[in-house]
Amino acid sequence: MPGKLKVKIVAGRHLPVMDRASDLTDAFVEVKFGNMTFKTDVYHKSLNPQWNSEWFKFEVDDEDLQDEPLQITVLDHDTYSANDAIGKVYIDIDPLLYSEAATVISGWFPIYDTIHGIRGEINVVVKVDLFNDLNRFRQSSCGVKFFCTTSIPKCYRAVIIHGFVEELVVNEDPEYQWIDRIRTPRASNEARQRLISLMSGELQRKIGLKVLEMRGNAVVGYLQCFDLEGESGLVVRAIGTACTLDKLSSTAAFLPACNSPSKEMKEIPFNEDPNPNTHSSGPSTPLKNQTYSFSPSKSYSRQSSSSDTDLSLTPKTGMGSGSAGKEGGPFKALLRQQTQSALEQREFPFFTLTAFPPGFLVHVGGVVSARSVKLLDRIHNPDEPETRDAWWAEIRQEIKSHAKALGCHAVVGYSESTSICEEVCILSASGTAAVLNPRFLQDGTVEGCLEQRQEENLPAGCGFCHIPYDELNMPFPAHLTYCYSCRKQKVPDVLFTTIDLPTDATVIGKGCLIQARLCRLKKKAQAEANATAISNLLPFMEYEVHTQLMNKLKLKGMNALFGLRIQITVGENMLMGLASATGVYLTALPTPGGIQIAGKTPNDGSYEQHISHMQKKINDTIAKNKELYEINPPEIPEEIIGSPIPEPRQRSRLLRSQSESSDEVIELDLSHGKKDAFVLEIDDTDAMEDVHSLLTDVPPPSGFYSCNTEIMPGINNWTSEIQMFTSVRVSRLSNINLTNQTLNKNFNDLCENLLKSLYFKLRSMIPCCLCHVNFTVSLPEDELIQVTVTAVAITFDKHQAVQTTKTHVEKSLQRASTDNEELLQFPLELCTDSLGSHPFSPAKAVSVEKASPLTEGHFRQRSAPACANSTVGVVKMTPLSFIPGAKITKYLGIINMFFIRETTSLREEGGVSGFLHAFIAEVFAMVRAHVAALGGNAVVSYIMKQCVFMENPNKNQAQCLINVSGDAVIFVRESELEIISTQQPIASCQPACGGGEIAT
Amino acid sequence: MTNELDIFVGNTTLIDEDVYRLWLDGYSVSDAVGLRVRSGILEQTGATAGVLQSDTMDHYRTFHMLERLLHTPPKLLHQLVFQIPPSRQALLIERYYAFDEAFVREVLGKKLSKGTKKDLDDISTKTGVTLKSCRRQFDNFKRVFKVVEEMRGSLAGNIQQHFLLSDRLARDYAAVVFFANNRFETGKKKLQYLTFGDLAFCAELMIQNWTPGAVGEQPPDPPPYSQVDDMDVDLDKEFLQDLKELKVLVADKDLLDLHKSLVCTALRGKLSVFPEMEANFKNLSRGLVNIASKLTHTKDVRDLFVDLVEKFIEPCRSDRWPLNDVRLFLNQYSASVHSLDGFRHQALWDRYMVTLRSCLLRMYHD
Repeated sequence: MPGKLKVKIVAGRHLPVMDRASDLTDAFVEVKFGNMTFKTDVYHKSLNPQWNSEWFKFEVDDEDLQDEPLQITVLDHDTYSANDAIGKVYIDIDPLLYSEAATVISGWFPIYDTIHGIRGEINVVVKVDLFNDLNRFRQSSCGVKFFCTTSIPKCYRAVIIHGFVEELVVNEDPEYQWIDRIRTPRASNEARQRLISLMSGELQRKIGLKVLEMRGNAVVGYLQCFDLEGESGLVVRAIGTACTLDKLSSTAAFLPACNSPSKEMKEIPFNEDPNPNTHSSGPSTPLKNQTYSFSPSKSYSRQSSSSDTDLSLTPKTGMGSGSAGKEGGPFKALLRQQTQSALEQREFPFFTLTAFPPGFLVHVGGVVSARSVKLLDRIHNPDEPETRDAWWAEIRQEIKSHAKALGCHAVVGYSESTSICEEVCILSASGTAAVLNPRFLQDGTVEGCLEQRQEENLPAGCGFCHIPYDELNMPFPAHLTYCYSCRKQKVPDVLFTTIDLPTDATVIGKGCLIQARLCRLKKKAQAEANATAISNLLPFMEYEVHTQLMNKLKLKGMNALFGLRIQITVGENMLMGLASATGVYLTALPTPGGIQIAGKTPNDGSYEQHISHMQKKINDTIAKNKELYEINPPEIPEEIIGSPIPEPRQRSRLLRSQSESSDEVIELDLSHGKKDAFVLEIDDTDAMEDVHSLLTDVPPPSGFYSCNTEIMPGINNWTSEIQMFTSVRVSRLSNINLTNQTLNKNFNDLCENLLKSLYFKLRSMIPCCLCHVNFTVSLPEDELIQVTVTAVAITFDKHQAVQTTKTHVEKSLQRASTDNEELLQFPLELCTDSLGSHPFSPAKAVSVEKASPLTEGHFRQRSAPACANSTVGVVKMTPLSFIPGAKITKYLGIINMFFIRETTSLREEGGVSGFLHAFIAEVFAMVRAHVAALGGNAVVSYIMKQCVFMENPNKNQAQCLINVSGDAVIFVRESELEIISTQQPIASCQPACGGGEIAT
Repeated sequence: MTNELDIFVGNTTLIDEDVYRLWLDGYSVSDAVGLRVRSGILEQTGATAGVLQSDTMDHYRTFHMLERLLHTPPKLLHQLVFQIPPSRQALLIERYYAFDEAFVREVLGKKLSKGTKKDLDDISTKTGVTLKSCRRQFDNFKRVFKVVEEMRGSLAGNIQQHFLLSDRLARDYAAVVFFANNRFETGKKKLQYLTFGDLAFCAELMIQNWTPGAVGEQPPDPPPYSQVDDMDVDLDKEFLQDLKELKVLVADKDLLDLHKSLVCTALRGKLSVFPEMEANFKNLSRGLVNIASKLTHTKDVRDLFVDLVEKFIEPCRSDRWPLNDVRLFLNQYSASVHSLDGFRHQALWDRYMVTLRSCLLRMYHD
């Protein structure tokens, strides 16, 4: 009995009227965990019952604690007939199972019913007493922390990044069981919700076990997904990156990773005699970069042509679910060998992270991706999901071999996804091939410190751009030049990656969202034939998506893509491809050549004219975009670039290149005509269409920027005003004469119009940037295209000078100084407001804080008698891993919720739009309520992983499934922090609003 | 290609004030889009008509969902579905409960029943306020009325507490409720010149002085009869009954003459309309006192404003009394009564006249 779960039901409010005669409700509550159920008394005739129950105690295994959700059902007591259910609340108690997170869950939860939506709220208090369990063979993994965030969480330090963990569990989908024919939709929905909740609990526990096996204590970049395979079952799978994290003790501590000796962490083996002094005493390792380029990747890239062969030198333990925990003993060899072997020890050297501690990422090779088309069959034995495991293992193997071909030993920014239509399933995986620094990978700690020191001497963050593969044996044709930053190493002409822009990368101008959109019709077919047809189409789609991306990138005058995500969706009669990425101009990479149009029939005069007209238009667009995104790289004379001998002295070179560039202004803008210009051949109408579609993308209105990465390159003066949103559009295609062209146009218009709508809706936030724009496409029916977008709009300060410094100290200094400036600008207002009590205090800026509702003074005063102490605390939600202008002080646990909503009165609920609008609003509300109950005031790394919408207007029915996740956190405004640190006396300082404000 | 479904949901609910106004004014989506296009928004933002249509639909849907909560504003504060900053919540409520001057003048003093609701069509045509907006305003009146009707304590205070309105708006609603409850006639042609502000002003004074709650200290343990009479919504029956005693001021000829001479002595040389005043004194005094003595009849209570206009305002207006003269006269007229030795109901007179004087002064305009 290693755990005792205690639950108290306090009260309810705003309950629905269940008894028409009295307009009241006789409510009571059932509290269920595992197989045990408790009930409260019936509170008669009230819509705001006060149960104030005793503590219900469940004594359970910690395995159950991890798997089972706490299930709270509110019912209406009926003397004569069966009690009517009002609704349910599922509470995931996982956040209570590790020490650093929440200690109590307490607050108002929306009571949710899958047919009626939210019906009132219930106040619940949940606590867990955990007893230490020393059993080695335990099945639980309590204490392993989970983070959705795909970088090292802000108040932690990565001691070791162990690597890839994955797991999947399968089950029959209750919706497809025979019993579903006789039970109510409500019962069926609830069975599904409960099952998925159970399965994710189980999955998380199993992943946790793997992490413990690897001697880690956390999973970062945890991504869990559902595959609704229909008849053949329900798959819940998850991937993540196992890490050993160390909590930063004080808020001021921003120590580099190597400064704290790893002996603090008991769990780490092989480090019994760490040498904390090595990092300062050891000689510098010479020319690390070159060491890498000599890595034995040649042999691998040759092998890789025969794709699926076993590439790794180490023995493997089958392709099943066990992928982790095979780290061998310490190697005492050369650095590169160490890295190489440390990674090769892993079956899959993959990392789901997209942002890394400084120095972790050494080189980036490019995007690697793999897809495979599978036919779904019934999963016969849910306990051994071999087929699904084998499918994914195959794909991962392919990814790994692709990475090897690029001379890389690891894949970062790794993710997996599926698209299912009937019995066909496309499995996709993608990531960025990379060479990593072994410092964070197990036993490389000591040498890592040396390297970091060395790297700090490098002038510019261009290292990651340098090619990791062998120049003479390139895996694909590419133009290589010497790096424009250091002139020492070779770089490719363009770089595509799935990761965020590294913080030390130098960029010119701003970035922008670039999308490639593509549709391909396909014949309706069955089973094998269908799968074959899809498999045949896939390479063409990949190619075209790639070409489109490349064209659009050139059109923007940029040379690198970050956060690339290519989604291929399969439908009954078509395939859709949607690629999103953020384009930037990397200083280290060459200036992109323009796009040159070439016609096939050069003799036709009018045709020629047309071509030249198009060419002019394209050139104009490029010039316009360069201006728009402020891309004005210094011109660098050809000789320098072409010079085969790298300059020996780095620092002077940097300076020189700048001075030279100013001298060579005459050579301006001939780059379009250079040999590296991208040639577009127009040989038929298709190609013509392509060129047209290139030019139809409208730039966002002025004051707006957009990107799909965490932050927008070139903007860093964010204000605290953020607005997360989800927008969904479903479009019906007219059935007549569907061709690839019309389809492409329709899809393009759908996406463009959606973006335009977003810009319009958020116009009050200008100047503003849409960050982490995440598009998902699905094809719910024959002629329906559904596009779902989630993003966050962040306002930035146009007038404040863009700061180039990146360290915390400088930032805070700058903040302080701007605060002072504000004070000087509005001295009168300040004095009157604070009644002259403390004219120099920056407290005013704090009290106008938006996140704390109580500070809206005038309103509180006015309605004081009605709403005192019951204002709902504000909970921010963002897909980013941070909150601008604020500091995350605590991670409270992962939020992972799955909801089903169904209606049989679609028209009455405002049609499909009304139905889905209400549902999404309710999902947000439930996420916020859970976060607030944990004591948090924000969700970061929020993601809506699934939004499956099905309708049947003829039957007046609709159903929707939504799966969301994120990390619940407590944040404190930086301005408040500063005030605390300078110890100014202020009254309105609220370190953690949210839970505290919710009345009990 | 048509959009079957098109939604936008923000973590913080987006409220567009302009669209909210259009929605409150009862415009359909297409009308609202038309009006927005005319406002020049497309040129300002570079948006297309389709974008505007989608945006308007979206806001309308949000407002529609919020409407249920706006019916009981405290729910809007406590609900968890829409995250709205408090200042925005206040704005939503305040605007939702705001009403049109033209509309309120039509229904003020009418019974807030189904019958009146049927007349809304006519009111809509007459006032130019859309039927939808008329319905909302009417339903607001009715809802507020129902909630506070049976409640004890300050009327405006109750309204403010249950509907979270601003002080000003709560007092306006108190007037609406007070008028509806007492069914004061305000629709007669000769009363048309009165604005809602005039009438609300009068209502507030009457609530302050003429209701049972006005007697000052409210008994902590009220006797049973006062539960029948609401504290603020009904006129004080006892007071109305007592008002009959004032009749002596005009019935007793000596008293009337004495009163007249006191007023005339005091005002001689101070009024531009002194001769007219002197000639009309008895008529005016009779009018004012008779109004008081008849207030025991429900019918006469209803006609209070008609009577005030007919018996006092119109005679003065026809003689072109300037407002200041009216003020001087009324001050002197009520003050002089204190010097009438034979008159015993000084407190009663003050309770009546203080309110009436302010009402008359407010109502005295073209």
